[in-house]
Amino acid sequence: MTASTDRVSPLENWTARFAAASATPVQFSIREVAFATHINLRVDAAAFGAKVRAVLGCDLPVVANTWTTGGECSAIWLGPDEWLVVAPDGRNESFCADLRTALSGVHHAVTDLSANRTMLEIAGSDARVALAKGCPLDLHGSAFKPPQSAQSLLAKSQVLLQCVDANPVIRVFVRNSFAAYVAEWLLDAAAELAASRNLDTPRIANRLA
Amino acid sequence: MLQIDCPWCGMREEMEFSYGGQAHVAYPKDPHAVSDEDWAQYLFMRDNPKGLFLERWVHSQGCRRWFNVERHTVTHEITAVYKPGEPPPAAKP
Repeated sequence: MTASTDRVSPLENWTARFAAASATPVQFSIREVAFATHINLRVDAAAFGAKVRAVLGCDLPVVANTWTTGGECSAIWLGPDEWLVVAPDGRNESFCADLRTALSGVHHAVTDLSANRTMLEIAGSDARVALAKGCPLDLHGSAFKPPQSAQSLLAKSQVLLQCVDANPVIRVFVRNSFAAYVAEWLLDAAAELAASRNLDTPRIANRLA
Repeated sequence: MLQIDCPWCGMREEMEFSYGGQAHVAYPKDPHAVSDEDWAQYLFMRDNPKGLFLERWVHSQGCRRWFNVERHTVTHEITAVYKPGEPPPAAKP
């Protein structure tokens, strides 16, 4: 018997549960965005941002806790000299090599973190409230909107949140080893909101207003 | 819970931060020339004032950057936040 060499995403077996939780997508939907390329980039953006842009087609955001997009990539601010570059599956080796070539001689660090995190994409009118149950950030639509991102804790697990759309669509970047725990927690939070909506629609409507 | 104003991320809850002890404890210029007593003093002995205290914090669950905080040890009031390398508030002209 030979072992399968097919790669398995951290939430591979959750597809059915995610589909069930996304039955009313206007209120809540959840899915995993697996196998994206994640590259951690540390460099002086003020001096060498143009070199990075030439490779990625994307400016590095200089405003704290924001993200930019361009070409195939998004760049999310992680620190004053640190970004997470998110690109389609399979681009990790070429982007890492191109970045290292472009930045040769410059003080920098390029690290392929594609196997470090997976992404959960949640959307719908309950998404902000569900996250807010376990996150100390102000996630109200007036406070957390594109192009913002934030690193914080969600139910005691370190996460990176990216507000992709004000609608909202929010991406939750979570460590692979925490993915099942965070997914379980999010499904529970959403289930409780769905249940309480059936019991008390006006109260929930007020909270979302 | 404290609300701490990270110099990069802005106001966040204390649970995102880790404490780093007293700030501005300088590493001895020549550690080999320091007596055992002075080395122990450098390693272990810290001020413990009742009042304003300069201390280090790291935004460990956020941007993972170190910075300095001036906090009142009785009231927990944070009176200043400044980046590493910047002078403490009292030393400013």
